[in-house]
Amino acid sequence: METLSALLYLVASVCFIMALRGLSSPETSRQGNLYGMVGMTIAIVTTLALPVVQSYWLIILGIAIGGGIGYVIANKIVMTALPQLVAAFHSLVGLAAVFVALAAYYQPEAYGIGVRGAIARGSLIEMALGTAIGAITFTGSLVAFAKLQGLVSGKPLVFPFQHQLNAALGVLTVLLVLWLVASNADAAMWLIVLAALALGFLLILPIGGADMPVVISMLNSYSGWAAAGIGFTLQNNLLIITGALVGSSGAILSYIMCKGMNRSIFNVILGGFGGDSAAAGAAAGGGERGTVKAGSPEDAAYIMKNAQSVIIVPGYGMAVAQAQHALREMADQLKKEGVEVKYAIHPVAGRMPGHMNVLLAEANVPYDEVFELEDINRDFQSADVAFVIGANDVTNPAAKTDPASPIYGMPILDVEKAKTVFFIKRSMASGYAGVENELFFRPNTMMLFGDAKKVTEEVVKSME
Amino acid sequence: MDQTQLSARIAELKANLAALSQQADLLAAQVAQTAAHGGAESAGHGNFFVVGITVFVLACFVGYYVVWRVTPALHSPLMAVTNAVSSVIIVGALIAAGPAQFSFSQFMGFLAVILASVNIFGGFLVTQRMLSMFKKKGK
Repeated sequence: METLSALLYLVASVCFIMALRGLSSPETSRQGNLYGMVGMTIAIVTTLALPVVQSYWLIILGIAIGGGIGYVIANKIVMTALPQLVAAFHSLVGLAAVFVALAAYYQPEAYGIGVRGAIARGSLIEMALGTAIGAITFTGSLVAFAKLQGLVSGKPLVFPFQHQLNAALGVLTVLLVLWLVASNADAAMWLIVLAALALGFLLILPIGGADMPVVISMLNSYSGWAAAGIGFTLQNNLLIITGALVGSSGAILSYIMCKGMNRSIFNVILGGFGGDSAAAGAAAGGGERGTVKAGSPEDAAYIMKNAQSVIIVPGYGMAVAQAQHALREMADQLKKEGVEVKYAIHPVAGRMPGHMNVLLAEANVPYDEVFELEDINRDFQSADVAFVIGANDVTNPAAKTDPASPIYGMPILDVEKAKTVFFIKRSMASGYAGVENELFFRPNTMMLFGDAKKVTEEVVKSME
Repeated sequence: MDQTQLSARIAELKANLAALSQQADLLAAQVAQTAAHGGAESAGHGNFFVVGITVFVLACFVGYYVVWRVTPALHSPLMAVTNAVSSVIIVGALIAAGPAQFSFSQFMGFLAVILASVNIFGGFLVTQRMLSMFKKKGK
């Protein structure tokens, strides 16, 4: 029986690997997701068949409650709110990890890791680690959720001795783990939970809204490591494998996001970025500036209709204004006129990795017209029009030319190389990084002021 | 003469036997103690740790290579599906909630089952919703 369940867990692990493997292309991705569901079903049914599991009604009740909530949320969520949703889900994994660790601590016999009050030392360490990471994931994700949902300000929250406080809490957690291992005292276990909860809260608090893509990826990674930690405690290979997969996935995404902003992961974790926007904006404003040329939607429609190729650069501002459907209509009009239309996506264009791709896909933009930065950057020099909608920092040439700029070194989309550049913006305000964009003052740039959705709709109207 | 010699020898052997059995008892107790004390740690746990860390490191490598091949366009579904998959922690929750009689651990397990289920259903469904948007558009 034990061998059989171990083998079935192995099958489930392979299914999970296949689920991630399927995401290498949109065609295979749906099949991959199916593998994931099959794997999860196998894992659950196998566990239910174990002799220790007897209270089926209680478990079915739990799954029904949780499953129902999950089903409703997943069906109702709008795609712009995806980052919040993922953050909220991460917090649940973290909390579940804490609960499982506590259950194992109070009833180690069920998992064969010793008896209450005399748990094997190695198991105690693993249990403590799983608990701590789980608790950090829980509160950290809650803060990320609140920031993304707009419940608290997206501005980084900094106060004196913040890093010292975090370091002290970290050291305290390690000491508590040592105490737990030495004494197997209940108080130590609960204090670890409390210290880690506080740590997660304080770690994410100073990180600004612009860095949220990194934070979400990082918390994704943490939730994986927490699962792996619990896997060691329960001596279950399935949990270890899955935890490692998720952990490395989140770590890679964090790395990609950091590279997209040219920031080191430590820089992001230390936080405070994007808080001094007023100061930076004022400093940049002192320099020489040309005149800003504001255009009308009719001008834009005329120029684009007579262009050969148009590259659309959407940013988060487009998503906020819900302009993606209007944008697709505009692209359809242009295609009817024989204009070649492409979309260029910066790695950090949305609030989470790949967010912009999902938003465009939702508006029925074919995914083979959507290109990543390195694949399309060369095309700007031959493009007639770059249509920048709701994006700013990711097009700022200062990232290449001005070593003093906070975004210096960040890879940007070379929209400046296009013959004409349109910027749809609400106002002249600077972007998240708080840097002014010199592109606004170039002679070949035309600003279209107004709400992204309204302006795009007007462009479409004048094209018809 | 023979008789007395024999009986003396028997008595001697009897005493030896008693001493031996006493020693055996002691040894058995000692073995039991080490088994109870160190056994769980060195034999049972230590072995699993080596196996576990092996599996863990290899899985990290698998994850590394598989995730780098994921197309950037599908990074959001990747996050959603990894999130759903990491709820496999429900396995631990089910075992905790499993026993027939009520206990603190069972309650913790029950709560964890609910939380993990939200994630499993929500995560896979939202991934499916996203992926269905990435269908090839017929012209």
